[in-house]
Amino acid sequence: MKALLGRDLRLAVRAGGGFGLGLAFFLMVVVLVPFGVGPEAAILARIAPGMLWVAALLAALLSLDRIFALDHEDGSLPLLATAPLPMEMLALAKALAHWITTGLPLVIAAPVLGVLLHLPGQAMPWLLLSLAIGTPALSLIGTFGAALTVGLRRGGLLLSLIVLPLYVPVLIFGAEAARRGAEGLPAATPLLLLAGIGLGCVALLPFATAAALRVTLR
Amino acid sequence: MSIWSYANPRKFLDTTAPWVPWLMWLSAVVLAVGLVWGFFFTPEAERFGSSVKIIYLHVPSALMAINAWLMMLVASLIWLIRRHHVSALAARAAAPVGMVMTLIALVTGAIWGQPMWGTWWAWDPRLTSFLILFLFYLGYIALWAAIPDPDGAADLTSVLCLVGSVFAILSRYAVNFWNQGLHQGASLSLDKQENVADVFWIPLLVCMAGFVLLFLALVLLRTGTEIRARRIEALRNRARRTGAVRA
Repeated sequence: MKALLGRDLRLAVRAGGGFGLGLAFFLMVVVLVPFGVGPEAAILARIAPGMLWVAALLAALLSLDRIFALDHEDGSLPLLATAPLPMEMLALAKALAHWITTGLPLVIAAPVLGVLLHLPGQAMPWLLLSLAIGTPALSLIGTFGAALTVGLRRGGLLLSLIVLPLYVPVLIFGAEAARRGAEGLPAATPLLLLAGIGLGCVALLPFATAAALRVTLR
Repeated sequence: MSIWSYANPRKFLDTTAPWVPWLMWLSAVVLAVGLVWGFFFTPEAERFGSSVKIIYLHVPSALMAINAWLMMLVASLIWLIRRHHVSALAARAAAPVGMVMTLIALVTGAIWGQPMWGTWWAWDPRLTSFLILFLFYLGYIALWAAIPDPDGAADLTSVLCLVGSVFAILSRYAVNFWNQGLHQGASLSLDKQENVADVFWIPLLVCMAGFVLLFLALVLLRTGTEIRARRIEALRNRARRTGAVRA
Protein backbone atom coordinates (compact mmCIF):
# COMPACT_ATOMS: atom_id res chain seq x y z
CA MET A 1 0.00 0.00 0.00
CA LYS A 2 2.87 2.34 0.77
CA ALA A 3 4.36 1.56 -2.60
CA LEU A 4 1.12 2.38 -4.37
CA LEU A 5 0.77 5.59 -2.41
CA GLY A 6 4.34 6.59 -3.18
CA ARG A 7 3.84 5.89 -6.86
CA ASP A 8 0.73 8.01 -7.07
CA LEU A 9 2.34 10.88 -5.20
CA ARG A 10 5.40 10.83 -7.41
CA LEU A 11 3.24 10.73 -10.54
CA ALA A 12 1.23 13.66 -9.30
CA VAL A 13 4.17 15.96 -8.65
CA ARG A 14 5.86 15.18 -11.92
CA ALA A 15 5.56 17.54 -14.86
CA GLY A 16 2.30 16.25 -16.32
CA GLY A 17 0.84 15.41 -12.97
CA GLY A 18 -1.31 18.46 -12.48
CA PHE A 19 -0.13 18.98 -8.92
CA GLY A 20 -0.56 22.72 -8.74
CA LEU A 21 -3.71 22.82 -10.86
CA GLY A 22 -6.12 22.35 -8.03
CA LEU A 23 -4.43 25.08 -6.06
CA ALA A 24 -4.42 27.42 -9.05
CA PHE A 25 -8.09 26.76 -9.65
CA PHE A 26 -8.83 27.48 -5.99
CA LEU A 27 -7.08 30.82 -6.33
CA MET A 28 -8.94 31.53 -9.58
CA VAL A 29 -12.37 30.93 -8.11
CA VAL A 30 -11.60 32.99 -5.02
CA VAL A 31 -10.42 35.83 -7.25
CA LEU A 32 -13.62 35.62 -9.30
CA VAL A 33 -15.88 35.99 -6.29
CA PRO A 34 -15.36 39.72 -5.67
CA PHE A 35 -15.81 40.37 -9.39
CA GLY A 36 -19.14 38.61 -9.10
CA VAL A 37 -20.51 40.08 -5.90
CA GLY A 38 -18.76 43.43 -5.68
CA PRO A 39 -15.73 44.53 -3.66
CA GLU A 40 -17.54 45.66 -0.53
CA ALA A 41 -15.65 44.23 2.44
CA ALA A 42 -18.67 43.60 4.65
CA ILE A 43 -20.41 41.45 2.04
CA LEU A 44 -17.24 39.54 1.23
CA ALA A 45 -16.55 38.84 4.88
CA ARG A 46 -20.09 37.53 5.28
CA ILE A 47 -19.82 35.06 2.40
CA ALA A 48 -16.13 34.24 2.78
CA PRO A 49 -16.38 30.96 4.77
CA GLY A 50 -19.01 29.52 2.43
CA MET A 51 -17.31 30.68 -0.76
CA LEU A 52 -13.97 29.30 0.35
CA TRP A 53 -15.63 25.96 0.98
CA VAL A 54 -17.35 26.00 -2.42
CA ALA A 55 -14.12 26.94 -4.16
CA ALA A 56 -12.19 24.20 -2.32
CA LEU A 57 -14.90 21.70 -3.25
CA LEU A 58 -14.76 22.65 -6.92
CA ALA A 59 -10.97 22.50 -6.94
CA ALA A 60 -11.09 19.02 -5.43
CA LEU A 61 -13.63 18.04 -8.08
CA LEU A 62 -11.31 19.10 -10.86
CA SER A 63 -8.61 16.52 -10.24
CA LEU A 64 -10.97 13.59 -9.67
CA ASP A 65 -10.95 12.09 -13.13
CA ARG A 66 -7.20 11.71 -12.96
CA ILE A 67 -7.48 9.23 -10.12
CA PHE A 68 -8.11 6.17 -12.24
CA ALA A 69 -8.07 7.45 -15.79
CA LEU A 70 -4.32 7.36 -16.31
CA ASP A 71 -4.02 3.83 -14.94
CA HIS A 72 -6.94 2.74 -17.07
CA GLU A 73 -5.41 4.24 -20.20
CA ASP A 74 -2.03 2.59 -19.91
CA GLY A 75 -3.49 -0.70 -18.74
CA SER A 76 -2.06 -0.78 -15.25
CA LEU A 77 -5.49 -0.91 -13.61
CA PRO A 78 -5.94 -4.67 -14.22
CA LEU A 79 -2.41 -5.19 -12.93
CA LEU A 80 -3.20 -3.32 -9.75
CA ALA A 81 -6.40 -5.33 -9.42
CA THR A 82 -4.52 -8.62 -9.51
CA ALA A 83 -1.94 -7.43 -7.01
CA PRO A 84 -1.94 -8.95 -3.50
CA LEU A 85 -3.44 -5.71 -2.22
CA PRO A 86 -7.24 -5.94 -1.79
CA MET A 87 -9.22 -3.69 -4.14
CA GLU A 88 -10.67 -1.83 -1.19
CA MET A 89 -7.19 -0.90 -0.01
CA LEU A 90 -6.39 0.20 -3.56
CA ALA A 91 -9.39 2.52 -3.45
CA LEU A 92 -8.30 3.84 -0.06
CA ALA A 93 -4.76 4.40 -1.28
CA LYS A 94 -5.99 6.29 -4.32
CA ALA A 95 -8.24 8.46 -2.19
CA LEU A 96 -5.39 9.16 0.21
CA ALA A 97 -3.10 10.10 -2.66
CA HIS A 98 -5.76 12.44 -4.02
CA TRP A 99 -6.14 14.05 -0.61
CA ILE A 100 -2.44 14.55 -0.13
CA THR A 101 -1.94 16.05 -3.56
CA THR A 102 -5.15 18.10 -3.78
CA GLY A 103 -7.00 18.29 -0.46
CA LEU A 104 -4.09 19.07 1.79
CA PRO A 105 -2.75 21.96 -0.33
CA LEU A 106 -6.26 23.40 -0.39
CA VAL A 107 -6.45 23.25 3.38
CA ILE A 108 -3.12 25.03 3.72
CA ALA A 109 -3.96 27.65 1.10
CA ALA A 110 -7.43 28.43 2.44
CA PRO A 111 -6.47 30.89 5.20
CA VAL A 112 -4.17 32.73 2.81
CA LEU A 113 -6.94 33.07 0.25
CA GLY A 114 -9.32 33.96 3.05
CA VAL A 115 -7.41 37.18 3.43
CA LEU A 116 -8.47 38.07 -0.11
CA LEU A 117 -12.09 37.68 0.92
CA HIS A 118 -11.74 39.57 4.20
CA LEU A 119 -12.30 36.41 6.22
CA PRO A 120 -12.45 37.43 9.89
CA GLY A 121 -9.34 36.42 11.82
CA GLN A 122 -11.24 34.34 14.34
CA ALA A 123 -12.62 32.23 11.52
CA MET A 124 -9.23 31.06 10.29
CA PRO A 125 -8.66 28.14 12.67
CA TRP A 126 -12.25 26.98 12.25
CA LEU A 127 -12.00 27.12 8.47
CA LEU A 128 -8.76 25.18 8.64
CA LEU A 129 -10.26 22.58 10.92
CA SER A 130 -13.44 22.16 8.92
CA LEU A 131 -11.51 21.80 5.67
CA ALA A 132 -9.02 19.42 7.27
CA ILE A 133 -11.84 17.16 8.41
CA GLY A 134 -13.98 17.63 5.31
CA THR A 135 -11.53 17.27 2.43
CA PRO A 136 -10.74 13.58 3.11
CA ALA A 137 -14.47 12.89 2.78
CA LEU A 138 -14.46 14.84 -0.48
CA SER A 139 -11.56 12.74 -1.74
CA LEU A 140 -13.28 9.48 -0.79
CA ILE A 141 -16.58 10.43 -2.39
CA GLY A 142 -14.72 11.67 -5.44
CA THR A 143 -12.77 8.43 -5.73
CA PHE A 144 -16.05 6.54 -5.73
CA GLY A 145 -17.37 8.78 -8.49
CA ALA A 146 -14.16 8.35 -10.47
CA ALA A 147 -14.46 4.57 -10.20
CA LEU A 148 -17.99 4.77 -11.60
CA THR A 149 -16.92 6.76 -14.65
CA VAL A 150 -13.48 5.34 -15.34
CA GLY A 151 -13.03 4.45 -18.98
CA LEU A 152 -15.78 6.72 -20.23
CA ARG A 153 -14.87 9.26 -22.81
CA ARG A 154 -15.94 12.75 -21.66
CA GLY A 155 -16.48 11.23 -18.26
CA GLY A 156 -15.50 14.44 -16.53
CA LEU A 157 -18.85 16.19 -16.78
CA LEU A 158 -20.78 13.07 -15.83
CA LEU A 159 -18.40 12.67 -12.89
CA SER A 160 -19.26 16.17 -11.69
CA LEU A 161 -23.00 15.52 -12.10
CA ILE A 162 -22.76 12.34 -10.02
CA VAL A 163 -20.39 13.60 -7.35
CA LEU A 164 -21.74 17.09 -6.62
CA PRO A 165 -25.05 15.96 -5.06
CA LEU A 166 -23.05 13.53 -2.93
CA TYR A 167 -20.88 16.44 -1.79
CA VAL A 168 -23.82 18.43 -0.42
CA PRO A 169 -23.87 17.08 3.19
CA VAL A 170 -20.12 17.61 3.56
CA LEU A 171 -20.44 21.14 2.23
CA ILE A 172 -23.38 21.92 4.51
CA PHE A 173 -21.62 20.88 7.69
CA GLY A 174 -18.19 22.18 6.68
CA ALA A 175 -19.42 25.61 5.67
CA GLU A 176 -21.64 25.79 8.76
CA ALA A 177 -18.66 25.08 10.98
CA ALA A 178 -16.61 27.77 9.24
CA ARG A 179 -19.49 30.27 9.46
CA ARG A 180 -20.09 29.63 13.14
CA GLY A 181 -16.38 30.02 13.77
CA ALA A 182 -16.44 33.33 11.91
CA GLU A 183 -19.21 34.60 14.16
CA GLY A 184 -17.57 33.33 17.33
CA LEU A 185 -20.30 30.76 17.97
CA PRO A 186 -19.47 27.23 19.12
CA ALA A 187 -18.86 25.07 16.08
CA ALA A 188 -18.56 21.69 17.75
CA THR A 189 -21.79 20.21 16.38
CA PRO A 190 -21.18 20.63 12.67
CA LEU A 191 -17.55 19.60 13.09
CA LEU A 192 -18.53 16.41 14.85
CA LEU A 193 -21.15 15.64 12.22
CA LEU A 194 -18.59 16.34 9.53
CA ALA A 195 -16.16 13.97 11.22
CA GLY A 196 -18.93 11.39 11.41
CA ILE A 197 -19.57 11.64 7.69
CA GLY A 198 -15.85 11.39 7.03
CA LEU A 199 -15.46 8.27 9.12
CA GLY A 200 -18.53 6.73 7.52
CA CYS A 201 -17.02 7.40 4.11
CA VAL A 202 -13.72 5.78 5.13
CA ALA A 203 -15.59 2.74 6.40
CA LEU A 204 -18.02 2.21 3.54
CA LEU A 205 -16.98 3.92 0.34
CA PRO A 206 -13.86 1.81 -0.39
CA PHE A 207 -16.17 -1.18 -0.74
CA ALA A 208 -18.46 0.63 -3.15
CA THR A 209 -15.43 1.93 -5.08
CA ALA A 210 -13.92 -1.55 -5.31
CA ALA A 211 -17.25 -2.94 -6.54
CA ALA A 212 -17.40 -0.28 -9.25
CA LEU A 213 -13.81 -0.96 -10.31
CA ARG A 214 -14.46 -4.67 -10.56
CA VAL A 215 -17.34 -3.99 -12.95
CA THR A 216 -15.11 -1.97 -15.24
CA LEU A 217 -12.35 -4.53 -15.14
CA ARG A 218 -14.62 -7.42 -16.11
CA MET B 1 -45.10 -20.24 -8.19
CA SER B 2 -43.17 -17.44 -6.54
CA ILE B 3 -42.74 -13.83 -7.49
CA TRP B 4 -39.29 -14.69 -8.81
CA SER B 5 -40.91 -16.41 -11.77
CA TYR B 6 -41.47 -12.90 -13.15
CA ALA B 7 -37.73 -12.55 -13.50
CA ASN B 8 -38.21 -14.43 -16.75
CA PRO B 9 -38.59 -11.65 -19.32
CA ARG B 10 -41.03 -13.67 -21.43
CA LYS B 11 -43.30 -14.34 -18.46
CA PHE B 12 -42.99 -10.73 -17.31
CA LEU B 13 -44.00 -9.38 -20.71
CA ASP B 14 -46.82 -11.86 -21.16
CA THR B 15 -48.26 -11.11 -17.75
CA THR B 16 -47.89 -7.33 -17.64
CA ALA B 17 -48.43 -6.26 -21.25
CA PRO B 18 -52.21 -6.88 -21.26
CA TRP B 19 -52.55 -5.01 -17.99
CA VAL B 20 -50.84 -1.82 -19.09
CA PRO B 21 -53.72 -0.32 -21.13
CA TRP B 22 -56.17 -1.08 -18.31
CA LEU B 23 -53.88 0.52 -15.77
CA MET B 24 -53.44 3.56 -17.98
CA TRP B 25 -57.17 4.05 -18.34
CA LEU B 26 -57.81 3.39 -14.66
CA SER B 27 -55.16 5.88 -13.58
CA ALA B 28 -56.52 8.45 -16.04
CA VAL B 29 -60.02 8.07 -14.63
CA VAL B 30 -58.92 8.12 -11.00
CA LEU B 31 -56.71 11.14 -11.57
CA ALA B 32 -59.46 12.98 -13.45
CA VAL B 33 -61.92 12.29 -10.66
CA GLY B 34 -59.48 13.28 -7.96
CA LEU B 35 -58.24 16.45 -9.63
CA VAL B 36 -61.64 17.73 -10.71
CA TRP B 37 -63.06 16.97 -7.28
CA GLY B 38 -60.15 18.61 -5.57
CA PHE B 39 -59.96 21.69 -7.77
CA PHE B 40 -63.63 22.46 -8.27
CA PHE B 41 -65.74 20.70 -5.66
CA THR B 42 -63.96 21.47 -2.41
CA PRO B 43 -64.84 24.56 -0.40
CA GLU B 44 -62.49 27.54 -0.38
CA ALA B 45 -60.22 27.54 2.62
CA GLU B 46 -60.08 31.12 3.91
CA ARG B 47 -56.81 30.49 5.62
CA PHE B 48 -54.93 29.43 2.53
CA GLY B 49 -56.79 30.85 -0.41
CA SER B 50 -57.61 28.93 -3.52
CA SER B 51 -53.99 28.47 -4.59
CA VAL B 52 -53.71 25.69 -2.01
CA LYS B 53 -55.69 23.52 -4.41
CA ILE B 54 -52.46 22.80 -6.20
CA ILE B 55 -51.77 20.51 -3.26
CA TYR B 56 -53.73 17.91 -5.24
CA LEU B 57 -50.88 17.78 -7.73
CA HIS B 58 -48.06 18.67 -5.40
CA VAL B 59 -48.44 16.11 -2.63
CA PRO B 60 -49.06 13.01 -4.77
CA SER B 61 -46.19 13.81 -7.12
CA ALA B 62 -43.86 14.41 -4.18
CA LEU B 63 -44.99 11.12 -2.67
CA MET B 64 -44.26 9.26 -5.91
CA ALA B 65 -40.93 11.00 -6.36
CA ILE B 66 -39.67 9.47 -3.12
CA ASN B 67 -41.33 6.12 -3.74
CA ALA B 68 -39.87 5.88 -7.21
CA TRP B 69 -36.38 6.17 -5.75
CA LEU B 70 -37.23 3.53 -3.12
CA MET B 71 -38.47 1.21 -5.86
CA MET B 72 -35.25 1.82 -7.78
CA LEU B 73 -33.27 1.00 -4.64
CA VAL B 74 -35.10 -2.31 -4.15
CA ALA B 75 -34.77 -3.18 -7.84
CA SER B 76 -31.05 -2.35 -7.74
CA LEU B 77 -30.55 -4.60 -4.73
CA ILE B 78 -32.40 -7.42 -6.46
CA TRP B 79 -30.15 -7.00 -9.50
CA LEU B 80 -26.98 -6.97 -7.42
CA ILE B 81 -27.99 -9.99 -5.35
CA ARG B 82 -29.97 -12.17 -7.74
CA ARG B 83 -28.87 -10.83 -11.15
CA HIS B 84 -32.40 -10.64 -12.60
CA HIS B 85 -32.19 -8.48 -15.69
CA VAL B 86 -35.86 -7.54 -15.50
CA SER B 87 -35.14 -5.94 -12.14
CA ALA B 88 -32.28 -3.85 -13.47
CA LEU B 89 -34.37 -2.74 -16.44
CA ALA B 90 -37.27 -1.89 -14.14
CA ALA B 91 -34.99 0.41 -12.16
CA ARG B 92 -33.80 2.01 -15.38
CA ALA B 93 -37.42 2.41 -16.51
CA ALA B 94 -38.58 3.97 -13.26
CA ALA B 95 -35.88 6.64 -13.13
CA PRO B 96 -37.24 9.12 -15.70
CA VAL B 97 -40.75 8.72 -14.27
CA GLY B 98 -39.44 9.53 -10.81
CA MET B 99 -37.45 12.45 -12.19
CA VAL B 100 -40.53 13.97 -13.82
CA MET B 101 -42.52 13.45 -10.61
CA THR B 102 -39.82 15.35 -8.73
CA LEU B 103 -39.96 18.10 -11.32
CA ILE B 104 -43.75 18.32 -11.02
CA ALA B 105 -43.41 18.52 -7.25
CA LEU B 106 -40.84 21.31 -7.53
CA VAL B 107 -42.76 23.33 -10.13
CA THR B 108 -46.14 23.00 -8.42
CA GLY B 109 -44.42 23.92 -5.19
CA ALA B 110 -43.08 27.06 -6.83
CA ILE B 111 -46.50 27.90 -8.30
CA TRP B 112 -47.97 27.47 -4.83
CA GLY B 113 -45.21 29.45 -3.22
CA GLN B 114 -45.66 32.57 -5.29
CA PRO B 115 -49.11 33.59 -4.03
CA MET B 116 -48.56 32.00 -0.63
CA TRP B 117 -45.17 33.38 0.43
CA GLY B 118 -44.53 35.90 -2.31
CA THR B 119 -41.59 34.00 -3.73
CA TRP B 120 -41.08 31.45 -6.49
CA TRP B 121 -38.48 29.61 -4.52
CA ALA B 122 -37.48 29.22 -0.89
CA TRP B 123 -34.56 27.27 0.46
CA ASP B 124 -36.62 25.49 3.07
CA PRO B 125 -35.65 21.91 3.98
CA ARG B 126 -38.31 20.11 2.01
CA LEU B 127 -37.86 22.02 -1.24
CA THR B 128 -34.09 21.77 -0.99
CA SER B 129 -34.22 18.03 -0.34
CA PHE B 130 -36.37 17.62 -3.43
CA LEU B 131 -33.94 19.62 -5.52
CA ILE B 132 -31.10 17.36 -4.38
CA LEU B 133 -33.26 14.30 -5.15
CA PHE B 134 -33.77 15.70 -8.66
CA LEU B 135 -30.01 15.94 -9.09
CA PHE B 136 -29.61 12.34 -7.93
CA TYR B 137 -32.11 11.25 -10.58
CA LEU B 138 -30.19 13.20 -13.24
CA GLY B 139 -26.92 11.54 -12.31
CA TYR B 140 -28.47 8.07 -12.30
CA ILE B 141 -30.10 8.50 -15.71
CA ALA B 142 -26.91 10.02 -17.14
CA LEU B 143 -24.83 7.08 -15.92
CA TRP B 144 -27.17 4.55 -17.54
CA ALA B 145 -26.92 6.44 -20.81
CA ALA B 146 -23.13 6.74 -20.68
CA ILE B 147 -22.10 3.10 -20.40
CA PRO B 148 -22.41 0.93 -23.52
CA ASP B 149 -22.23 -2.49 -21.87
CA PRO B 150 -25.74 -3.17 -20.48
CA ASP B 151 -24.73 -5.48 -17.63
CA GLY B 152 -21.89 -3.23 -16.58
CA ALA B 153 -24.22 -0.26 -16.71
CA ALA B 154 -26.73 -2.12 -14.56
CA ASP B 155 -24.03 -2.89 -12.00
CA LEU B 156 -22.60 0.61 -11.82
CA THR B 157 -25.98 2.33 -11.65
CA SER B 158 -27.09 -0.10 -8.94
CA VAL B 159 -24.07 0.79 -6.84
CA LEU B 160 -24.75 4.47 -7.48
CA CYS B 161 -28.38 4.01 -6.40
CA LEU B 162 -27.26 2.36 -3.17
CA VAL B 163 -24.64 4.94 -2.27
CA GLY B 164 -26.99 7.67 -3.45
CA SER B 165 -29.74 6.42 -1.15
CA VAL B 166 -27.44 6.61 1.86
CA PHE B 167 -26.38 10.12 0.88
CA ALA B 168 -29.98 11.13 0.14
CA ILE B 169 -31.02 10.25 3.69
CA LEU B 170 -27.91 11.96 5.00
CA SER B 171 -28.69 15.05 2.90
CA ARG B 172 -32.23 15.22 4.23
CA TYR B 173 -30.96 15.57 7.78
CA ALA B 174 -28.08 17.80 6.76
CA VAL B 175 -30.49 20.13 4.98
CA ASN B 176 -32.75 20.21 8.04
CA PHE B 177 -29.73 21.15 10.11
CA TRP B 178 -28.65 23.72 7.54
CA ASN B 179 -31.99 25.43 7.49
CA GLN B 180 -32.80 25.27 11.20
CA GLY B 181 -29.49 26.80 11.99
CA LEU B 182 -30.41 30.01 10.19
CA HIS B 183 -34.16 30.36 10.65
CA GLN B 184 -35.15 28.97 13.99
CA GLY B 185 -38.66 27.67 13.93
CA ALA B 186 -39.76 29.15 10.61
CA SER B 187 -41.47 26.34 8.80
CA LEU B 188 -42.85 27.16 5.41
CA SER B 189 -44.29 23.80 4.39
CA LEU B 190 -47.77 22.56 5.06
CA ASP B 191 -47.27 19.66 7.42
CA LYS B 192 -49.63 16.75 7.37
CA GLN B 193 -49.91 17.17 11.12
CA GLU B 194 -51.97 20.29 10.50
CA ASN B 195 -55.67 19.79 10.75
CA VAL B 196 -56.70 18.89 7.23
CA ALA B 197 -60.39 18.29 7.20
CA ASP B 198 -61.85 15.19 5.58
CA VAL B 199 -63.43 17.27 2.87
CA PHE B 200 -59.93 18.09 1.60
CA TRP B 201 -58.29 14.82 2.59
CA ILE B 202 -60.42 12.40 0.59
CA PRO B 203 -59.88 13.97 -2.84
CA LEU B 204 -56.20 14.06 -1.89
CA LEU B 205 -56.26 10.33 -1.27
CA VAL B 206 -57.93 9.80 -4.63
CA CYS B 207 -55.24 11.85 -6.35
CA MET B 208 -52.52 9.90 -4.56
CA ALA B 209 -54.11 6.65 -5.70
CA GLY B 210 -54.24 8.03 -9.23
CA PHE B 211 -50.55 8.90 -9.17
CA VAL B 212 -49.64 5.47 -7.82
CA LEU B 213 -51.58 3.82 -10.62
CA LEU B 214 -49.97 6.15 -13.14
CA PHE B 215 -46.52 5.27 -11.86
CA LEU B 216 -47.32 1.57 -11.98
CA ALA B 217 -48.67 1.79 -15.52
CA LEU B 218 -45.73 3.85 -16.78
CA VAL B 219 -43.06 1.67 -15.16
CA LEU B 220 -44.62 -1.56 -16.43
CA LEU B 221 -44.90 -0.08 -19.90
CA ARG B 222 -41.34 1.22 -19.90
CA THR B 223 -39.89 -2.00 -18.45
CA GLY B 224 -41.57 -3.90 -21.26
CA THR B 225 -40.02 -1.44 -23.72
CA GLU B 226 -36.57 -1.90 -22.18
CA ILE B 227 -36.89 -5.69 -22.37
CA ARG B 228 -37.88 -5.48 -26.02
CA ALA B 229 -35.05 -3.05 -26.74
CA ARG B 230 -32.54 -5.47 -25.19
CA ARG B 231 -33.98 -8.22 -27.35
CA ILE B 232 -33.60 -6.17 -30.50
CA GLU B 233 -30.02 -5.42 -29.51
CA ALA B 234 -29.30 -9.12 -28.98
CA LEU B 235 -30.87 -10.03 -32.32
CA ARG B 236 -28.84 -7.33 -34.07
CA ASN B 237 -25.65 -8.59 -32.49
CA ARG B 238 -26.46 -12.13 -33.52
CA ALA B 239 -27.23 -11.03 -37.09
CA ARG B 240 -23.98 -9.09 -37.19
CA ARG B 241 -22.00 -12.08 -36.04
CA THR B 242 -23.62 -14.67 -38.28
CA GLY B 243 -23.65 -12.21 -41.17
CA ALA B 244 -19.91 -11.71 -40.75
CA VAL B 245 -19.31 -15.47 -40.64
CA ARG B 246 -21.35 -15.96 -43.80
CA ALA B 247 -19.53 -13.19 -45.59
